[in-house]
Amino acid sequence: MSTVTLASKRRRSALRTLAFLSPWLIGFAVFFAYPLISTVYFSFMHYDGFRPPTWSGGKNWAYVFEHYPLFWPALRNTLWLVLVMVTLRVVFGLGVGLLITKIKTGTGVFRTLFYLPYLAPPVAATMAFAFLLNPGTGPVNSLLEKTGLPAPSWFNDPAWSKPALTLLALWGVGDLMVIFMAALLDVPAEQYEAAELDGASAWQRFRYVTLPNISPIVMFAVVTGVIQTMQYYTQPLIAGKVASGVIQGAGTQFEPGYPDKSTLTLPQLVYNLGFQRFDYGSACVVALVLFALSMAFTALLMRRRGGLLKAGD
Amino acid sequence: MTQVLDPPVRRTPLVSGAERTARRKAVLEWIAVHALGVAAALFFTLPFVFVFLTSLMSDTQALSRDLIPHTWEWGNYRKVFDTPGFLTWWRNTLLYAGLGTALTVVSSIPVAYALAKFRFRGRSLSLMLVISMMMLPPQVVVIPMYLFWAKQLDLSGTLWPLIVPMAFGDAFSIFLLRQFLLTIPNEYLDAARVDGCGDLRTLLRVVLPMAKPGIAAVALFQFFYAWNDYFGPQIYASESPGAWTLSYGLESFKGVHHTDWNLTMAATVLVMAPVILVFFFAQKAFVEGVTLTGVKG
Repeated sequence: MSTVTLASKRRRSALRTLAFLSPWLIGFAVFFAYPLISTVYFSFMHYDGFRPPTWSGGKNWAYVFEHYPLFWPALRNTLWLVLVMVTLRVVFGLGVGLLITKIKTGTGVFRTLFYLPYLAPPVAATMAFAFLLNPGTGPVNSLLEKTGLPAPSWFNDPAWSKPALTLLALWGVGDLMVIFMAALLDVPAEQYEAAELDGASAWQRFRYVTLPNISPIVMFAVVTGVIQTMQYYTQPLIAGKVASGVIQGAGTQFEPGYPDKSTLTLPQLVYNLGFQRFDYGSACVVALVLFALSMAFTALLMRRRGGLLKAGD
Repeated sequence: MTQVLDPPVRRTPLVSGAERTARRKAVLEWIAVHALGVAAALFFTLPFVFVFLTSLMSDTQALSRDLIPHTWEWGNYRKVFDTPGFLTWWRNTLLYAGLGTALTVVSSIPVAYALAKFRFRGRSLSLMLVISMMMLPPQVVVIPMYLFWAKQLDLSGTLWPLIVPMAFGDAFSIFLLRQFLLTIPNEYLDAARVDGCGDLRTLLRVVLPMAKPGIAAVALFQFFYAWNDYFGPQIYASESPGAWTLSYGLESFKGVHHTDWNLTMAATVLVMAPVILVFFFAQKAFVEGVTLTGVKG
């Protein structure tokens, strides 16, 4: 008798769990599992959206890796962005976080001012920077020339377009500032006092007290930064479009990456292949490369930061 | 700073030398830190200032290198609103952001609750899958999703392919809410159960009121996400301007007003301003909720 009630109780509790999870279970199946499997399927098919898909074996894969002229430049740009943009953003975010913990007067005002650019919508922020940095009449180059400094062409020069994007990313460093600020305030004060009694210099206190305490957060910032770089789409696309002067919807197609492929990123290739060249199969190949890279870094994140998966009780 | 800790050997009515250097050092440090703070504040605010000033220049002055407007052309903002489509973009953005946020919150709460408080087999696997979905670039699955919405359901040219999925839980919102719900002590849930509350009633009557700050945070993030989204409208709405959102339309604005930086910057201000206003209004509720529950950001 008791085993029967136990079994029915267990069944009821399983049903209850299923009911609560049901929105996500449907979402997972329809918007994640199905399209992911379908992406793998299409990566082996020739499909232009009009004629029915036909089996093409590894042709799409060979095309993307060997003949598609935008793939390797995009991958090289991604590597550049990971090495330079992510690093600078973490260092700058930590610096601004440190600064805000030292500011004693008007802390709230400073914090809000530092945080606001992060909230600026990406399209609007990129348009603003395209204007600020435009070589002809932009205020930044006006000021640089007045002070006799070299005034680069920023978004119009392949050598300067990624540094200009990096500047834009540093402007929106508010998210990292908040994370680092919270981490810095969590460092036990006794450790600083002990270090001071030992006669440690400011640098030594930072190196031997602050850094070891916040290193998990630094790691978290680096890995999430890399994952965000894999998704980096709107800013480089808009910057290239605005700088190139291509008019949307006027029948002209914008070849992404202006100037000279220097702002190409992997997500832009999915759009270029799928929605400009109507080569859905090859677009799916790039999508899977993007998937593999993102998941590899996500796995790293979950392993490094066990807290993310901590049990709920 | 080390000198501050050295106890003065003897209290004299005069300020001792060590104390004076300590004080001078503290003042110098205050000046250095705040000078850096002002420099950083300039870096973060000047772009806004230049954009705003340019938005008020006359057409001809906007093409010059001037930084300050000679005449303040507030009419530029009127011209932006008079641009065909601009008000439609506003309406579409509010629909996408408003309805999308409401659907996300309603559908994500029960999932987050189950992941935080129920014990069941496959819970950590589910959580891992939620995190994986959260980290997935939208471009990975866009080809089959587009074919699904456009070819099977014939819904391209509308925002529905972006809004409907939000009724099925959003991974980031589920994750964030779950982290928040973890901080609610189980004793409250047990007490509700003892009082004869079912799971749904416990969730609605006990958990939701306590989770308000977490829900507010999720709603805010989701609203900003939809407001800022460019890729989604580009894929599904690009072919019909009647379905464009502000973030998507803004760029075409630059195309039409090719050299009119003043009008383009006025439109840029109008896209940025609502997000910043929402933040200022919500910030208080945000901070209040966070301090009330004793959860540190």
